[in-house]
Amino acid sequence: MTAPLLEIDRLDIGFGPLSAVRGASLQVRRGETHCLVGESGCGKSVTALAVMGLLARNATRNAVSMRFDGQELMGLDEKAMSRLRGDRMAMIFQEPMTSLNPAYTVGSQMAEVMLRHRGGTRRAALDRAAELLAKVRITSPGMRLGQYPHQLSGGLRQRVMIAMALMCSPELLIADEPTTALDVTVQAQILRLLADLQKDLGLAILLITHDLGVVARTAHHVSVMYAGQVVETAPVADLFANPMHPYTRGLLSCVPVPGKVRPGDPLGSIPGMVPRVEHAFAGCAFRQRCDLARPDCAGTIPRRDFAPGHDYLCQIEPAALVTA
Amino acid sequence: MVQFLLRRLLVALLVSVTVLTFAFALTRLSGDLAISIAGPNATANDIEVVRKAYGLDQPLITQFFSWIGRAMVGDFGQSYFYRERVSTLIFSRLPITLTLGLVGLGIAVSVALPLGVISALREGRPIDRVISLVALVGQAMPSFWLALVLMITLGLNLGWLPISGTGTWQHFVMPGIVLSFSAIPALLRLTRSGMIDAMAADYIRTARAKGLSRMSIVLKHAARNAAMPVVSIAAVQLGFMLGGSIVIETVFALHGVGFLAWESISKNDFPTVQAVVLLLAVIYTLLTLGADLLNALLDPRLRAQ
Repeated sequence: MTAPLLEIDRLDIGFGPLSAVRGASLQVRRGETHCLVGESGCGKSVTALAVMGLLARNATRNAVSMRFDGQELMGLDEKAMSRLRGDRMAMIFQEPMTSLNPAYTVGSQMAEVMLRHRGGTRRAALDRAAELLAKVRITSPGMRLGQYPHQLSGGLRQRVMIAMALMCSPELLIADEPTTALDVTVQAQILRLLADLQKDLGLAILLITHDLGVVARTAHHVSVMYAGQVVETAPVADLFANPMHPYTRGLLSCVPVPGKVRPGDPLGSIPGMVPRVEHAFAGCAFRQRCDLARPDCAGTIPRRDFAPGHDYLCQIEPAALVTA
Repeated sequence: MVQFLLRRLLVALLVSVTVLTFAFALTRLSGDLAISIAGPNATANDIEVVRKAYGLDQPLITQFFSWIGRAMVGDFGQSYFYRERVSTLIFSRLPITLTLGLVGLGIAVSVALPLGVISALREGRPIDRVISLVALVGQAMPSFWLALVLMITLGLNLGWLPISGTGTWQHFVMPGIVLSFSAIPALLRLTRSGMIDAMAADYIRTARAKGLSRMSIVLKHAARNAAMPVVSIAAVQLGFMLGGSIVIETVFALHGVGFLAWESISKNDFPTVQAVVLLLAVIYTLLTLGADLLNALLDPRLRAQ
């Protein structure tokens, strides 16, 4: 097996006394979609921002290592990071309405990525931009180049963001909830577009979402995050078939499955709240909400293997969980 | 864009007409003009003669329209005090005031904008606080006092700059500095807050995600969006400098429009007062219009309105 394109080993992110991400590890392989799932505030977005080197000034970032195509990102200075960003790794965001600069045309904002990383003429950059707008299925791309963001709908703007991210043919695309702000029909189009682009271009995608429907449709591998930790990682089919971590199980039970849910049945939910996690926090962060919690859940929690590529962070052994 | 232009023009026109009316009304409200023109020793007969001669016996509405009619073609009548045509009077002094205003604005902009940007990028750090403090002190400083301090230090003690008159460009440096002090704090604060807002915007995160250089992020993506309120306030400040430089023109003996306004008010020279007020109002309106157009160039969303 070839080395993963992105390899995060025990990433920690803190904001003052609060710990946002604790020892998160994950790997994104070339040409695959890796979904990072979890509820709001679980640390999935800051993990993505940390990879891009885009964390706010008041954040602290530590990791044993964070490698992109074998290159260590930790300790890389801002200048070197900015060479990678937009060129070999690109990112799109949750807010298509505000993520484009209102003062510049679509063409100018797309062209500058090319001009920054590859140089060449403005004409060539605009040609490339038009080509990519067509690729993300925007009609009359030549006309769109001269338009301003306010003249486009949310779905179109997100397509522009995607096209812009692809300007320099990146190997890794990080998509932070790219469809959350969009209409359901547009969501489906954008997801299909991302999947098609992946096939065409061999893109690796790190897709952040809280929507398990999106996970089921797009992911090859999934990492579930809870309170700053990756609590379970598995190939997508395996995760849906054999969810191990009690939190993953809880998440899946919140999704109504057609045919299994009768009218009037209550939807699943997880009781309790996510705890406030400070640096000294010990034990399993899910234990107050967990049906299977035991006294030793307050101690050190091991990472257990269930199957190849499928591990989870829990005190309880696989055999005991399968029957639970 | 055409619609936007027409609307702005219409507003500008309405503002001018309103000011025209006020300028006319205010001078008539300040007492019987015929009496003050005729002077303290005039007899009742003299006053009547004056009243007829200046057309002050006509109904107000007639006076108003005949004044507007003449004002439209640049005829503001004869100054009572200078015995000169008001238009000649004003146009001989306008260059001084314009030069002073532009020098003042130039200094203000070249100080306030960079400091505002630095302040925003170092928000909450010592340099930001120092800049804010200096701006506050600058704002609190009375301009006549600052003028005198500059005259004593730069003019008398160091001998670098002439202290009064309008002979050379050096004559405008000190008054320009003093004038700029009134505009710097507002421009600086707006630049700072605009840049802070812009730098926190989602499109800046996008720009960073694109790997753009710091220079391009700050100067291209943030500054353009922060510039709009700054342009508007700069226009107002320039208007204020052109109309409000009375103290400075007096202290530095620059015989500009501000000085003329002060003189004509104290001498009851009402054709001149009216003309100056009107001129300043028109300049103000033009500046605002100019700022709107500049903003429309900066922000495509305005053009679409």
